[in-house]
Amino acid sequence: MDAELSVIGSGPAGLSAAIESAKYGVRVELIDENILPGGQLFKQIHKFFGSKKHYAGVRGYDIGWRLLREAEDAKVNIRLNTTVWGIFQSSNNRIGLFDQQRVFFSKPKRLVIATGATENPLSFPGSTLPGVMGAGAVQTMMNIHRVLPGRRVLMVGAGNVGLIVSYQLLQAGAEVAAVVEAMPKIGGYLVHALKLMRTGVPILTSHTVLEARGDKEVESAVIASLDKDCRIVKGSEKELDVDLVCLAVGLKPDAELCRMLGCGFTYVPFLGGRVPIHNEDMETTIPGVYVAGDVSGVEEASVAMEEGRLAGISVAESLGYISEGEAEKEKDEIKERLRDFRIGPFGSPRQEGKDKILTEYKRWFSNEGKRDS
Amino acid sequence: MRESEILEKIRSSPGYPSRERFIKGPVCVIECPEEIPCDPCSQVCPFEAIDVGRPITNLPKLIEDRCTGCGLCITACPGLAIFVVNLNYSPGEASISMPYEFLPLPDVGQQVEMLNREGSYVCKGRIVRVNEGEDHTRVVTVAVPKEFYEHARGIKLISGKVR
Ligand SMILES: Cc1cc2nc3c(=O)[nH]c(=O)nc-3n(C[C@H](O)[C@H](O)[C@H](O)COP(=O)(O)OP(=O)(O)OC[C@H]3O[C@@H](n4cnc5c(N)ncnc54)[C@H](O)[C@@H]3O)c2cc1C
Ligand code: SF4
Ligand code: SF4
Repeated sequence: MDAELSVIGSGPAGLSAAIESAKYGVRVELIDENILPGGQLFKQIHKFFGSKKHYAGVRGYDIGWRLLREAEDAKVNIRLNTTVWGIFQSSNNRIGLFDQQRVFFSKPKRLVIATGATENPLSFPGSTLPGVMGAGAVQTMMNIHRVLPGRRVLMVGAGNVGLIVSYQLLQAGAEVAAVVEAMPKIGGYLVHALKLMRTGVPILTSHTVLEARGDKEVESAVIASLDKDCRIVKGSEKELDVDLVCLAVGLKPDAELCRMLGCGFTYVPFLGGRVPIHNEDMETTIPGVYVAGDVSGVEEASVAMEEGRLAGISVAESLGYISEGEAEKEKDEIKERLRDFRIGPFGSPRQEGKDKILTEYKRWFSNEGKRDS
Repeated sequence: MRESEILEKIRSSPGYPSRERFIKGPVCVIECPEEIPCDPCSQVCPFEAIDVGRPITNLPKLIEDRCTGCGLCITACPGLAIFVVNLNYSPGEASISMPYEFLPLPDVGQQVEMLNREGSYVCKGRIVRVNEGEDHTRVVTVAVPKEFYEHARGIKLISGKVR
């Protein structure tokens, strides 16, 4: 029997959506193309920020284990090694799946798309040499497969991902020659930067990578400083002896499925670029299709969990498993916590972005005429 | 970023103890001066000496006369941003307890080099305690000459590697 709800992606957002809706009785299937559920969580060996409700102070992989246990307790059906390669609005959001052996289809009543984010590339001479790779790949090799991809590293990007992965490289026994950041200031949290700096790793702001050099693989990298207008300062070039250039230059929502489905999009730089328009219940412009987590705007795991819960409750409500009143109460609490998260210098641009998405959602339907459900 | 700039920012945050409090003995030093969504420090303190409240992005505030310097908050902080400084460790030395997440662990009695917040050498230090800590975060206590109590924040093992 087809599931009533299919959740695509089993990161913190997808797991939370599945747990929450299953708790109310919805028949849920959680699909992931990986061989293990958990999304980014199992690569995150550091303790997470947040509040107690979000397992603050708990390491990412331990949060993953807890969510998995909850999902099992809630009788979520987890289908791994399975890629969702298409969704077809013309046939009532039928989804196409591939489980490494066969292609098949299913037609759930509701969908939560929680596919996370993809890393931005960066191109420069030598950027195709082996030894230039994204921070996500480095993290997967190092923390999941226990393979150290390099001994001396140049990190490009001083956002939270660049800072955290640099620190994890040190923990794994590599040396970090430098972190370069094109902006004049560190983008990530100061606490992350400080734990790196007090081990002696230099963070060079207003600096960029010019070139990776090497015969068959990276043997060195050239960096240079940038002036106010982001132009290379002549004569500031420096060659660093490294065998790994790690790129941590931002993430963008992995919203291919939403695009294929014809969801409305809007551009929000602080949330990673083009994001699918959605309402406060995380429903996209396609009725019955919800988004949650990084795919709906790149933020963090605590936000991904809350958004997943919101989507899960909304689905349970729309299928008649909980009354409107009960759902409203639960959702209001979550929305309040989400607002609390999006305060301060790091949070408020994200709140503005989310507000813009809501406005776009309303505009979408006033332009499209009446919404047919 | 320069040490002086960082210290200035940290000193003017509500998590930094006053000079009078430092003089009285072991005290928690919270080096977390940005409004980030986080509060385990306030949840863990048995003496309610750290206040974050709502919204969760508030800066952690140290209520310095409640703090006993017990050090429980050091390992609870996911930002590794909490230290305990005892200015009265010995006549000439202050002790600094800090989170440590590297291997190998230093040995008690070992000489180390101390680095400041921008990674520059500050002074020599001597490991006086290594605690198991919570959930893979160890607490290492180093004795340093008193005058460096505000600057020595990182440990470099003299055996070679930058750690
Ligand atoms: C280095 C680093 C450090 C971080 N540190 C923190 C932190 O300290 N605190 C914090 O709160 N957050 C942190 N985050 C952010 C956090 O990891 C992400 O925000 C969070 O994982 C997003 O969750 P998600 O469920 O949206 O996506 P993901 O965790 O990325 O999960 C998406 C899942 O979808 C699957 N998928 C994608 N497409 C398909 C498809 N077509 N078919 C089937 N499956 C598919 C993927 O395999 C993946 O498992 C960090 C991120 C990084 C990279
Ligand atoms: S050192 Fe102990 S008493 Fe002081 S703030 Fe930390 S947990 Fe509380
Ligand atoms: S636990 Fe650490 S990072 Fe979190 S608010 Fe407290 S001091 Fe800052």
